[in-house]
Amino acid sequence: MMGLYILLIFMIVGAIIAIEVKDMLSSVIAVGAVGLGLSIVFLILKAPDVAITQLVVEILCLIILIRATLRKDLPFSTTGRWVFNTFITSVFMIVFFLVAVKCFKDLPEFGFPLMRVARTYIEHGKALTGSTNLVTSVILDFRAYDTLGEATILFTAVIAVLTIVRKIGRKKVDMPDEESDE
Amino acid sequence: MSKEHDKGMSLIVKTITRLTVGLILLYGIYIVLHGHVSPGGGFAGGVIITLSFIHLMLAFGKGVAFKRMSKNMMSLFESFGALFFLGIAVLGFSGGYFFLNVISKGEPFRLFSAGIIPLCNIAICMKVGAGIFAIFVALVLLDLDTDKKE
Repeated sequence: MMGLYILLIFMIVGAIIAIEVKDMLSSVIAVGAVGLGLSIVFLILKAPDVAITQLVVEILCLIILIRATLRKDLPFSTTGRWVFNTFITSVFMIVFFLVAVKCFKDLPEFGFPLMRVARTYIEHGKALTGSTNLVTSVILDFRAYDTLGEATILFTAVIAVLTIVRKIGRKKVDMPDEESDE
Repeated sequence: MSKEHDKGMSLIVKTITRLTVGLILLYGIYIVLHGHVSPGGGFAGGVIITLSFIHLMLAFGKGVAFKRMSKNMMSLFESFGALFFLGIAVLGFSGGYFFLNVISKGEPFRLFSAGIIPLCNIAICMKVGAGIFAIFVALVLLDLDTDKKE
């Protein structure tokens, strides 16, 4: 449990650095450090499937962020009602912290009271599906309908991104002759 | 020196990429095929396979990567993955209901076991990998586009 708290503090510090630092590359690297800490947290909590997925997706997001945000002067919104914004943020953080402390006190012991459905999966999962990785047997056999919906969501997201950032058919305002490649 | 040395990053990066990109691709395939035996699965394995292509694209430029995985291939993989997954689901109606495990379970801890689960993993791998690579390509090309405008 001690390692978890150290990792949580590390992640919070990384998130604050990612917000506060002025350089864009340092900010992206700090976000990546937060994601790697989260994947180690998943590994400590005995969830290797989620840890692998988190690690891989984090690397992918880092590459996309570096390629898509560097060499661009994105505007920083430093002006504005910062007193009001800071007040709202600190009030929200204090409320969230108090509620979280109250909730963490009442949490049951890790993995102890097995629910009825989960007990069925653990006891009969291997015999019913033949898969020795119980996570896969749940997401692809017992709850495969959810996975179908998730795949549909990803399909829709890909179509939406390709629709928004496409090059063909976009209205050229200032420079009409830039269809050199693609 | 082949003509691949024209674009992309420096010679050191290209040499290291040539050594590692096959290993990354093989590891992704391993993660997908062993999704029902060990941790991993279709989603993580598909993203690892995509990362190998992205690695190629970052080091050698977009021409070499598109030669190995063109846009039509991407769209084909994406659609075929979705249809394959749905087809496996509909195949369950032959035995009774949606997503029924119709193929025989086999022996546990073997590669060819667990009925439809490895097939579902392969379908999700194709779908996720092609989709995420398409998103990456779209964002990178948009980046080039905005660079040219400035």
